[in-house]
Amino acid sequence: MDQTITDPAEQSTRTGHSSLWRILAWVALFALLVVVAMVLLRKQQGPVAVGQKPPSFTLTTFDGQQIGPKDMAGKVVLVNFWASWCKPCEQEAPDLQSAWEYYQPRGDVLFLGIAWTDTESASLNYIKKFGITYSNGPDLGTTISQAYRTTGVPETYVIDKNGNLASIKLSPYSSLSEIQSAIDPLLGP
Amino acid sequence: MPEQMGMIKNSLFAIVLTLLFGGLVVGFVSAQQPTPSDDQVNAIAKQLYCPVCEATPLDVCPTQACAQWRELIRQKLAEGWGDQQIKDYFVQQYGARVLGTPPPKGINWLVYVAPLLFVVAGVYILFRGFRSWRLRAQQTAISSPPSPPPDGEAGLQDDYIKQVEDQVRKS
Repeated sequence: MDQTITDPAEQSTRTGHSSLWRILAWVALFALLVVVAMVLLRKQQGPVAVGQKPPSFTLTTFDGQQIGPKDMAGKVVLVNFWASWCKPCEQEAPDLQSAWEYYQPRGDVLFLGIAWTDTESASLNYIKKFGITYSNGPDLGTTISQAYRTTGVPETYVIDKNGNLASIKLSPYSSLSEIQSAIDPLLGP
Repeated sequence: MPEQMGMIKNSLFAIVLTLLFGGLVVGFVSAQQPTPSDDQVNAIAKQLYCPVCEATPLDVCPTQACAQWRELIRQKLAEGWGDQQIKDYFVQQYGARVLGTPPPKGINWLVYVAPLLFVVAGVYILFRGFRSWRLRAQQTAISSPPSPPPDGEAGLQDDYIKQVEDQVRKS
């Protein structure tokens, strides 16, 4: 037969321990729910918003060059996410290259191509096929696309000279003039 | 006669040259790694998931991108890479989402620890519930006065008859 609790002090201690465990259990459950909620909220967020500072990143290009925030500072930066297996990307590739050739002599515009979930050989073939000369590199570990919360390819983000996001294009550019209309207002007189 | 000797020399030279060239070709071919079979590629591909599609293993994914990734696995196998090396390469290139199970680090630990914690907590709650239930039953047994021993079948019948008589009298 079990010993019944007759000592009030002992009973009080046991009740105290029980309450402590209960509080700890609730706190743990609450913490778990908060973590789950945060993960879900993050997943439900759309792309980074226009007017905000976009996530900073450093791109290691296919030829081993490192392009980071210092190289982007004070320039209009066009960040294009693409993949060699993406047919709409092929549609805009010649226009992007033409735009780059148009802006490159100015020196205050930077084009960055980020190959998303692509194999290196296929990416290099794509670059060669379209004669792309602006800097391109792989999105290693998909860290850049995750930071930008991209939803697919092609996606293009244009950043102004102050480092704020000026425009987002979640589909392929249809013409050179469309790219120019996204960049020209950011260049000033 | 000297012409015949010259022809023999030329023939011998041609034979030696052919043998040498043939040997070189055989040596080159045998030195090459055999092309990994589809089964070998798929054995690794089924452990990896398409980073673009939703929950589709790489071995059954029909897209062009997946075909490229399977070809990449074949290429790495041909270069002599091991399974783990190839998986690590895919994680480095495309992120941990390509793995069937999340690597046990950072917040991913929750996936492994939370179910265990829930089981332990459940067992503990059940244990406490049963214990308090048993203690309450014991305390009730101690505190409640002993019930009078029943008078037996006759006593019950007497009560019943008395109730019936009362009813009859009332009616």
